[in-house]
Amino acid sequence: MSASEPTGAQPAPARPRAAGAAATIRAGRQQACRPYPRFLLEAGQWRGLVVALRDDPTLELLGLWAEAGLVHAAFHQPNEGLLLASVAVAERHYPALSPVRPGAIRFERMVHDLWGHVAEGGTDARPWLDHGRWAASAPMSARPPAVTTPPPQPEFLGAEGEGVHQIQVGPVHAGVIEPAHFRFHVQGETVVRLEARLGYLHKGTLALMLGKSPRLAARFAARLSGDSTVAHSWAFATAAEQALGVVVPPRAVLLRAIAAELERLHNHLNDWGAVCGDASFVWPQARCGVLREGVLRAAALAFGHRLMMDLVVPGGVARDLAPGGTAAIRAALAAVAQELPGLQRVYESHASLQDRVVTTGTLAPALAAAFAAGGFVGRASGRGFDCRKLPGYAPYNTMAFTVPVQVAGDVDARLQVRMAELHQSLALVESLLARLAPGPLKLDLPQAGGEGVGLVESFRGEALHWMQLDDGGLIRAVFLRDPSWLQWPLLEAAIEGNIVADFPLCNKSFNCSYSGVDL
Amino acid sequence: MLWPRLAKALFSRPVTDAPPAVPDVVVEALVQRLEAAGQARLGRSLAIRQVDCGSCNGCELEISALGNVVYDLERFGLKFVASPRHADVLLVTGPLTRNMRQALERTWACTPEPKWLVAVGDCATDGGVFKGSYAIEGGIGEALPVDLVIPGCPPTPTQLLEGLLALLEAQASG
Ligand code: SF4
Repeated sequence: MSASEPTGAQPAPARPRAAGAAATIRAGRQQACRPYPRFLLEAGQWRGLVVALRDDPTLELLGLWAEAGLVHAAFHQPNEGLLLASVAVAERHYPALSPVRPGAIRFERMVHDLWGHVAEGGTDARPWLDHGRWAASAPMSARPPAVTTPPPQPEFLGAEGEGVHQIQVGPVHAGVIEPAHFRFHVQGETVVRLEARLGYLHKGTLALMLGKSPRLAARFAARLSGDSTVAHSWAFATAAEQALGVVVPPRAVLLRAIAAELERLHNHLNDWGAVCGDASFVWPQARCGVLREGVLRAAALAFGHRLMMDLVVPGGVARDLAPGGTAAIRAALAAVAQELPGLQRVYESHASLQDRVVTTGTLAPALAAAFAAGGFVGRASGRGFDCRKLPGYAPYNTMAFTVPVQVAGDVDARLQVRMAELHQSLALVESLLARLAPGPLKLDLPQAGGEGVGLVESFRGEALHWMQLDDGGLIRAVFLRDPSWLQWPLLEAAIEGNIVADFPLCNKSFNCSYSGVDL
Repeated sequence: MLWPRLAKALFSRPVTDAPPAVPDVVVEALVQRLEAAGQARLGRSLAIRQVDCGSCNGCELEISALGNVVYDLERFGLKFVASPRHADVLLVTGPLTRNMRQALERTWACTPEPKWLVAVGDCATDGGVFKGSYAIEGGIGEALPVDLVIPGCPPTPTQLLEGLLALLEAQASG
């Protein structure tokens, strides 16, 4: 077994400033976006960017989205922060990024389905969110064309070889999980290719947010992916606050972080146990279920809602910590702290469990890097990015914690990272509670225009939200990027060469959000 | 080592909660529905198939929690099954996206009579916050006859349990 210790935060090596791709972006016209700059590129400059990205692998693509007439992309410069680039759409087309950044593929398909913009030279032009069942296609474009044809049959990528056959699963699955269709090509018991088809949960979330104030639209961000409701609400609130230049009160910042760490704890407990359960080793799952229930009840007592939905709002937090909340949180976390070492010992000492998780579902570090995979998926494959640390945000920028990183990239490594993060979160909540001082909970937002970005580390990885407000303070363009966008494609890579029976285990060890990417 | 822990668990107090009280009005309404439809009764045990039709996954988290040892759904004779063909109850969440409608209808068609349909969460009730979107139908009732609604965003496991126990009671009475 590979019980290598978490290696702690990755040191920030002094690296010469990447001239290539980042410089190409900075040559564009700077727009008023906070706290990260956005540059509007001419079509020729954008083409230059595609070339520069090919030559310069350090600039990571975090997201791609659109509005009527424009396409936006968010990049991450390691150790420096984010950089946004935009290009005008000319006759429905813009130059694709997918040939040089594979993570762009699904974004380009989504941009086409929602706005009708075509990624010229893109590597995959098949529909993504649009299953042909809406009344009009390109529903977020200026004039959505009515749909008159019946839904087309989806096309899947093929696989050839002796005895290759298909297994089709979903969208309705055997367990209590979200819907998607999984198309396996298998040879004997071995998976040759997996392709996931998502979009079944598309609710039209982005369109519903347009024309609303950030306060009103926050409930949509809170329901992008229920398991990360706190993190998404926080990222959304940050984008609004950045756009308006509002600084939230210190007590609200601490309460947000307490809620976010409780969210990380209950999800990590849930999934850590569930992976063991998927390997038919149910005792850890039963214990994690009890511990997680304790955390949720403490959250309900402290913040009035088990999942803490609608707690974080633009301008601050909606509710204060209830009387007795601190004690309830401390008691629940003490129970977790007491039991984690025993759980880990049982996990490590049972060969039947280790046999299932070690070397299963391996994600190569090179792939994790190429897709800029965040969260425990990236950190279990050597990519040590955690936006609480870098670029960092309050209150984490004044707190001591380490970012656990593993390199094995298998199911075991992802569980090791999550166990280490459980310990980190326990300590973080304790010091956050200790810092709490009385003070105001929220500020009123001015009714003004602006553009802002919010970046918050959810339990899965960084939630990246962007919004533009018009002069009346209403949302004129918005995008909510769940970290799963860059993790789903990697699940397909990780399962390759594994047996079909290990798919539930691999899938759970990634636990990508379906709703989060279906929008 | 696992054995000492298991042995210890044998002698410690159970962590399972007492069952919640079942609201009489809900049972009464269900009985009436059952009689009006002249529907054959199911036994004291119900097999449940969950179908997510556009949920944010908040409802799924709470439905899954029913299976943990604190709520221990199976002690009531309620259990989740892997196929609609084995199910007595479809437990449906989400505002019913247009992209899921056909899958839900097929799942319902695969479920043998007699069967119940329970809509879980505000989304499933009438679309919830997603009301008015181009991408949704606006609640499960837009496609299929709903027997019981368990509102909430999401409903807590206790609220879910109340609803499901009412369903059991309704089968038993009358
Ligand atoms: S009712 Fe609430 S928790 Fe349930 S799916 Fe809808 S938004 Fe999510």
